[in-house]
Amino acid sequence: MVVAWLTSLAVGLLLSGCGGDESGVTTLRFWAMGREGEVVQELVHDFEAQHPDIRVTVQQIPWSAAHEKLLTAFVGRSMPDMAQLGNTWVPEFTALDALTPLDAWVAASPAVDPADHFPGIWDTNVIEGQLYGVPWYVDTRVIYYRTDLLRQAGFDHFPRTWTGWMKAMQEVTEQGGPDRYAILLPLNEWSQPVTLALETGSALLKDHHTRGDFSGRAFAQAFDFYTHIFAEGWSPPVSNNEIANLYQEFGRGTFAMYISGPWNLGEFRRRLPAALQDSWGTAPLPGLTDARPGMSLAGGSSLVVFRTSEHQEAARKLMAFLLDPVQQIRFYELTGDLPSHREAWNDTRLANDPRAAAFRTQLEYTRATPKIPEWEQIANRIWVAVEEAVRGNKTEEEALRDLDEDVDRMLTKRRWLLEKEN
Amino acid sequence: MSTRLTQKKARAAWFFLAPAMVLLVLFFVLPVGAGLLLSLTDFDIYAVGDPGTARFVGLQNYQYLLSTGDFWNALGNTLQYVLIGGPLSLATSLAAALLLNNRLVRLPGFFRTVYFAPVVTTLVSVAIVWKYLYHPKYGLLNFLLGFVGLGPIDWLGDPQWAMPAIILMGVWKNFGYNMLIFLAGLQVIPRELYEAAGIDGANAWQRFRHITLPGLAPTALFVSVTTMIGYFQLFAEPYVMTQGGPLGATRTLMLFMYEEGFRWWRMGIASSMAVLLLLITLIGTLIQLRWVRRES
Repeated sequence: MVVAWLTSLAVGLLLSGCGGDESGVTTLRFWAMGREGEVVQELVHDFEAQHPDIRVTVQQIPWSAAHEKLLTAFVGRSMPDMAQLGNTWVPEFTALDALTPLDAWVAASPAVDPADHFPGIWDTNVIEGQLYGVPWYVDTRVIYYRTDLLRQAGFDHFPRTWTGWMKAMQEVTEQGGPDRYAILLPLNEWSQPVTLALETGSALLKDHHTRGDFSGRAFAQAFDFYTHIFAEGWSPPVSNNEIANLYQEFGRGTFAMYISGPWNLGEFRRRLPAALQDSWGTAPLPGLTDARPGMSLAGGSSLVVFRTSEHQEAARKLMAFLLDPVQQIRFYELTGDLPSHREAWNDTRLANDPRAAAFRTQLEYTRATPKIPEWEQIANRIWVAVEEAVRGNKTEEEALRDLDEDVDRMLTKRRWLLEKEN
Repeated sequence: MSTRLTQKKARAAWFFLAPAMVLLVLFFVLPVGAGLLLSLTDFDIYAVGDPGTARFVGLQNYQYLLSTGDFWNALGNTLQYVLIGGPLSLATSLAAALLLNNRLVRLPGFFRTVYFAPVVTTLVSVAIVWKYLYHPKYGLLNFLLGFVGLGPIDWLGDPQWAMPAIILMGVWKNFGYNMLIFLAGLQVIPRELYEAAGIDGANAWQRFRHITLPGLAPTALFVSVTTMIGYFQLFAEPYVMTQGGPLGATRTLMLFMYEEGFRWWRMGIASSMAVLLLLITLIGTLIQLRWVRRES
């Protein structure tokens, strides 16, 4: 508390000199992360041309520092008017009561049509029935694979079910010799086991998200499938920092499949040798049955307005502008970030890209992870449990039971808060 | 001396001390006090939003830390780095200093610069190079081991080898600094002592054992205490190279503290860890001082 107070005092002193409106012109402070923060400047110029009464100061923040910086800004009461927020951070900033609810605006505004958004990703912004952010660009995970290596193993398209997937992994490993693995599943990433558990229908947490549900049947089923891949030797038991150059290894055929997000569409194009450019493809995740693709993560970034902002109206205008499908297509061309509106996907450039098509299909099948501030911490605990089981330090049951125990402890405060409310 | 003069002097002293005192109180005493208080609460992300949800929990954070495997694991890793890396680093520094101090060495300035270069190089670029050296398939280290029929070792991927790999890199990165201090210490030892010992028939080892080492004792004490304190705070190397993995084998106390505090915003627990680290470092320093006092 003392620290918080001191920080806020110091930051307040530093900032009291800046800001302020001049002669009817509203100055909006907009924080955007990484590459997006760089590129959005270009879009913002056009916005300013359309709205001479609004000036936008874009501050670019590196992703690695974004979370800390936002929280420090909150403590120091120097939040910007609006920001781009990774959608898994929305629950956290909602818990801090830092975000403006957007339901009324969305209902009244022609700029945002919820029905045109992808349902799973839209849902990540809805906390206890209220909307706190609107998806700006979307992100989910699909399979990247070497079409040539799969064809060699007798598969002319990527299998659609888990059973088929297992068969493909087995064939690719067997036919490739000692230096070939079917798939790379980095052990220090939680997204793969969690994605599989989204498909088996695990809620991940139970009792109003106050206790872990990892020993539950659904998670155990996904976990079993995952550890089986390592036990069979289809994936090397390594973390991603042990792979010095992912693209090189993929090009060499050290592994033939990889689960990843849209950012790698551009990277694979850039970094794989020209000779291989016709030999890689993407596919939606296999499902338990072939009725539909497997469920995947609902990622991406949302646009949010902060409660402390004195320019709520202007901030919404900028939001509406950035969410316009025309701007989303421009944004896609500048960054490779996938648009959140289905309408924008009809644009020929996106519609004609067969590798983006897998994402288009997958985006209809995403599910939000538990929307609580503790989720990221819990997620990071998951890969520890997975790594322990894969490396054989614990049995599967032990690893999951210990995971539940740890997660229950992490949620102590949340249980107390909920009890206090009731 | 009259009391008035003493008083006047005292006032002047306070006047000159004041700026330093103010800074010290503002940037050291207050934060440390706040940290100590914070370590007795469950200050977390919810408390950032509403300080009212921070509860006084007494020593529960400490109790929790001492009962979790993660803390002991981090302490073990840190001790491994301090107890193996520390002496190794000191020995390397001393050896390098002795070599450079020898009058037979040509271009001492050149070698001094070369040995010191890693100290001033940015850690991130060093880490990238070492990541390649350690690469299990294409790394130089495994390539060399291959010549003598050993390996390949998955340096950063194998929980057993990751810490030794970090130690090796840490020693290489840091020994130059202590080497300079040792060099300065060596140059203070009077040459006449060596000459006299030589006339008395002492061999190289005896001269080293009975002149160099005792002559270096004050330097060695300083160097070993500062090195130990620095090594207890190992953070950047594992943060950049392994992020604490594999299986937490390189997660040090500082890294653990950083994760708790700035990643998960569990300031209560992070603060109690800071207090524990302070105590551990203090104990380490006292042990060293006691040991040196007994030796002399």
